[in-house]
Formats: sequence, C-alpha cells, structure tokens
Amino acid sequence: MIRDTTIGSKLWAAAIWCVVGFFVLNLFAMIATVITSSFATRWLGTWLPAGWTTRWYSSAWSEFQLWDVLIVTFQVVGAVVLISGALGVTAAYALARRDFPGKRLLVLLFLLPLLIPPITFGIPLATVLYQTGLAGTFWGVVAANLVPTVPFVILVMIPFIEQIDPKIEAAARVFGANTFKLFIHVLLPLLLPGILAALLLVLVRTIAMFELTFLVAGPTSQTLVVALYYAVFAAGVRAVQSIDAMAVVYMATTLVWLVIALRFVNPTQIVTRAKQQPAH
Amino acid sequence: MDAIASATPVEHGPSLRQRLAARGFDAVTLLVVPAVIFILLLFVYPFAFGFILSFEPKAGGWLANYQRFFSDSYLYDTIANTLWLAVPTTLVNLLLAVPIAFRVRLMRHQRLLTTILVLPITLGTVLVAEGLLNYLGPQGWFNRTLMTIGLISQPLKLVHNYWGVFASLVITGFPFTFLLTLSYVTGIDPALEQAGATLGANAWQRFRYIYLPLLMPGFAITFCLSFVQAFSVFPSAVLLGEPAGITRVISIAAYQAAFEEYDYSMASAVAMIMGFVQLAIVVAVLAARGLFYRGPATGAKG
Repeated sequence: MIRDTTIGSKLWAAAIWCVVGFFVLNLFAMIATVITSSFATRWLGTWLPAGWTTRWYSSAWSEFQLWDVLIVTFQVVGAVVLISGALGVTAAYALARRDFPGKRLLVLLFLLPLLIPPITFGIPLATVLYQTGLAGTFWGVVAANLVPTVPFVILVMIPFIEQIDPKIEAAARVFGANTFKLFIHVLLPLLLPGILAALLLVLVRTIAMFELTFLVAGPTSQTLVVALYYAVFAAGVRAVQSIDAMAVVYMATTLVWLVIALRFVNPTQIVTRAKQQPAH
Repeated sequence: MDAIASATPVEHGPSLRQRLAARGFDAVTLLVVPAVIFILLLFVYPFAFGFILSFEPKAGGWLANYQRFFSDSYLYDTIANTLWLAVPTTLVNLLLAVPIAFRVRLMRHQRLLTTILVLPITLGTVLVAEGLLNYLGPQGWFNRTLMTIGLISQPLKLVHNYWGVFASLVITGFPFTFLLTLSYVTGIDPALEQAGATLGANAWQRFRYIYLPLLMPGFAITFCLSFVQAFSVFPSAVLLGEPAGITRVISIAAYQAAFEEYDYSMASAVAMIMGFVQLAIVVAVLAARGLFYRGPATGAKG
C-alpha cells in the first residue's frame, strides 16, 4: 500500500474522515432519538425529555397487539427461510454441478427478481394474488416474500457449491452411498456454513422487507415492519412515544438477528449478493 | 463413447436418456425444476399477466391507461418527481462513496465501519423514515444543534418536503453504494497502482489514469443498482415527504391506482411504465459502460 505524506493528501484524508464521521454521527443520533423518545414522559422543545418512563412499551404492546404481530412476523420469516432454503439449495446444486443448454437463461431468470425493485413486480404480483384470493392470507405474504429470497439463496449458494470438490461425492458413491445418504452425510455437513449464511441473510432481509408484505398483507397477516408503517402513517392518532416504543421493538428484533448473522457472514455480503465475484 | 455405440437403435429409452445425460440433463438437473416452476408462477406469470392487464382498461380502447397516464399531469409528473429524487441522490451517494472507499481500502479493520454502515440497510426504510421524522423535525436534535452553534436562527424545514426524502435516501442508499464500491475498489490489483507510483504518478494521477478507467464498469453497475433502489422509493416518500406534492413518486401513483381506486389495470400500467423508465436508464448507463476498458484487473487475487 502506498501512503502519501504530503500536506494536501493529509487534508484530503481528514476531510474524508469528517464526512464519514458526520454520517455515522447522524445515523446514531437518529437511532438515539427514537430510543430516547420511547422512554420519555413528555418531550417538547428541550434537549432531553422532562422525565423517563417505560409505560409506552406496555401501551404500545397492547395498542398495536405487538404479541400477535411478532408471532405472525416470526411465522412468516420462518416459513420463508425454510422454503427458500429447500428450493434454493436444490436448484443451486443443479446449476453448480451440471452444464446444460439454457443454463445462462435460467441464471438470468433467477437474477431478475433481485434486479427489479419489489414495488415494480409487487404490484402485478399483488394483483394476481388478490384474484386468486391468496392475498391477505398468511401464505400470500409468504409467497410474495419468497420471490426475491429464492433467487438470493440460489445466487449465494452456487459459488459455495462449486468450490466443493465433486470427487468427494464420487468417493461416497464408490463406497455405496445412495443419494439420500450422500446428501445427509456428505453434502449437508460440507454445505452447512454456506446454507446457514444464506438463510441468515434471508432472515434479516425478510424482517425488513416492507414493500412486498405491505402490498399483499391483510389485517391478520401483517409483519412488524408493516405494522410500524401504518402506525407512523396514522401518526397523531397515537402518542409519538408509543410509536417510538414500537420502533424500538422492531429495531431490537432486527438487530438481534443482525448480530447473529454477522458472526457467520461478512457485512458486505448483505449488499453484494454472492461471494465477491470478479468485476467483469 | 457409449452414446456413439448405442446410437444405431434410435428412439429407444436408454439411448435417449444417455443422450440427454451427455448434454447435461439427468436426475441432478431436475433438482432445478421446483425453483423454476416457482419463479415462473410467482414472477414471470404475474409480470406477463400485469402486462396484458395494462392493455385491458376499465373503459376505453386498449391504450386508454397509457393515454390517461401521459395526459394527466398529476400522473405523468410522477416520473419527473421520481427522477428528480433518484438521480441526485444516486449521484451524491456515488460521489461520496468513491473517495471514502479509496480511503477505507487502506484500513486494516474495515469490519467495524462496514458493520455500522450495514445498520441502516438492515433496519429498513420504514424505520429510517420514522427516526428521521423526529431527528430532523423542527424540535429535533439536528436543528437544535445547528441553532446552538449559531449557524441558523430559525429551524430548517427538513421533513414533509423534498429534503426529508432526500436525507432518507442518502441514509439508506449511501451504505449500499459504499459497500458495492468498496468491493469493486478492493478487487483491483494494488500492483497496478504501485507500478504507477514507481513511475512517479501522484495520487490524483494514479486515480485518474489507473483506477478510474478500470473502475468505470463497476461504477456503472453500482450506479444502476443504487438508482433502481432510489427510483422505487415508497415508504419514506409517504412518511417523510409531501406525498401529494413534490415527492409524489411513481410508486405512490401505482399504489393509489391499485389500492385506493381498485383499478388493477391502471396500476399494472403504472408499474409497467415504472419498469420501463428504470430499464431505459439502466440500459443507457450500461451501454455507456461499453466505451471503457473491460479486461482483467484483479491480478492473482482472483
């Protein structure tokens, strides 16, 4: 690495760190505002609230039926994680191990739901789901959320499967393993770190997936992020602190999983979907 | 070899199977089928359905939805409103991300910073909108700090207008742009820069003549992905912006057509227009990418 020592480059570096600092400072201040407000008795026109209380949490808990919403959220997320894992890993295995005509077309097909933003394909999707009567139900929400997550799992898993030596599988075959045994005793243990990483990323993304859930959810199939949106949208009906308390519950739910996920994945993987691919 | 040997008795089961296997179709390939069916059912079919539905309006000829969209300024202005938000924020994010990525690539411990930056992405747009509503509000800490320092005497109006949405797009969009940029920047072999330095190029020259040409394709992709994210802005435009005025973006128009007017045909038409505008810009940017060098630059790191 080259390090410049001229005054100009030092000033430049200092300016850049100031921008980063400003961004991070504002980010934390924004999060701190929400947390402070959720514990405030009354907070108008001062730096800090007049007093502290935890009663907003109990009121938010009952007003927004947070317990039901949390259960629905975890059921949706759990179903999405399991189904996208099952569909995604099997498809990724086929795509990683076999070369067949039309494979590039298939990969492009799996890439599209990740490149097109959820609102664009969510509206036609919601239309179809409303016509089939699936929208508003639990499975409608799960189905909509699966559209970007299945391709995500496939694209994360393909490079992971490709780096496992096929000779290991051939050796297992030689020793008489059938497909099921091969999968349980050979492939699964080898693939487990990759599957875990992919599914944790799916989990984090699904908790925060607003658009698709919003477009297809009914009153009983709302996830936490959609409930939060409606609460903010109807601000004025309820105390700000109560909404902030709900936001803190949402943050806590997301951050717990983010912390777990970060033990197994590199933070950049949340953005760049596959293992660092070459730029060309 | 087997395929040739058994090629004489044509149209027999085993031979067909072997021929298919030779081209890559066997039991393992079939594992891809469930996922393909799923994508066809829930992605391709709805898209095709929406496309056809958009030509079957509630009233009028087959193009009535599109005619209505492009004759009603309340509808066609949404394209300009969205672009007016998405293009500046994407450019700001990219212009901020590049120098920072160049600085961060020299760091040993990038993980802390990348973890902090991943926060707004994982928290999602709704929470950022909700947080900024308090933080940037007239009584929020941001205005309060500026007033204490003495930069302003009256609180700035930063929410329920253009700047609120702008701020939320920077807060959620910058980390995304930055992490993508960082992965491109660190993918370039540092030996190229060292060679430039050996020949006496200063920092600006090394950036301008070595990195910039190599990174242009990566920047084009980063721009496209960030732009597409910003173009489909929805929750923050409603919560932080002025959803009936300057931040009435195209996704709000699509949503209102579908869930307030229950005109799914019109909603599909708006969604198709939205997709088309995105696609047009992405294709234009990627075509411009072809003007630059595209070759190996990753070195042995691979």
